[in-house]
Amino acid sequence: MDKVFRALADPSRRELLDRLYAENGQTLGQLCERLAMTRQAVTKHLVLLEEANLVATVRRGREKLHYLNPVPLNEIAERWIAKFERHRLQALSELKQKLESEDG
Amino acid sequence: MGKPSFVYVTYIRATAEKVWDGITDPAMAAQYWGCHRNVSDWKVGSKWEHERTDQPGVIDIVGKVIESDRPRRLVMTWANPANAADPEKVSRVTIEVEPHKDDAVKLTVTHSELESNSDMLRGISKGWPAVLSALKSFLETGKGTPV
Repeated sequence: MDKVFRALADPSRRELLDRLYAENGQTLGQLCERLAMTRQAVTKHLVLLEEANLVATVRRGREKLHYLNPVPLNEIAERWIAKFERHRLQALSELKQKLESEDG
Repeated sequence: MGKPSFVYVTYIRATAEKVWDGITDPAMAAQYWGCHRNVSDWKVGSKWEHERTDQPGVIDIVGKVIESDRPRRLVMTWANPANAADPEKVSRVTIEVEPHKDDAVKLTVTHSELESNSDMLRGISKGWPAVLSALKSFLETGKGTPV
């Protein structure tokens, strides 16, 4: 679980996960296209994400496709969120959203 | 096969046979797969059904077994029974179990040919991660987390 938290602690890596969530199965080239990161930096981040099992890769011909693997995130959600009285947290979250939208 | 829609990976401290059985044995699946079990003889060409355990006879998903190589690889088609005859609405699930280090396996579930923007696609993206976590928990601790 440490690897997952460490992987998530970096904003660039979270951005990569968001990109894959928006469009899954991208090649390294596709990911680099729309990000303000060097190819080297993206590669480095992807390796860490893969080691944390947050990204899974599939070979298609000469290409490697990257997929967001949400299973470890689901495990964290179960272990660290669900057990802490989900329904009360949900009510709090709804209240926060309501108050914040009234402010704005 | 086109580009997969989803790829899910989890590492489970159990034998490949246990993981295979966890998915294919109705009695085991019923314990962690949120009120569902998978029914089939798992021979190539046979049908398989994803049946409700709390409402016997209610089948939520149907398909056909395309490849079956216990405990390494299982490939089947996947469709809502109402849409099973429409090729656009039939997707494909590939389950691969590989040894990992000494005492664990890597379970990869690849779901492909899902119709984009469909309810099935949306349902799958919520379902598989929870089911795989529950399977892992069940095989490693004997307890399924409720799905």
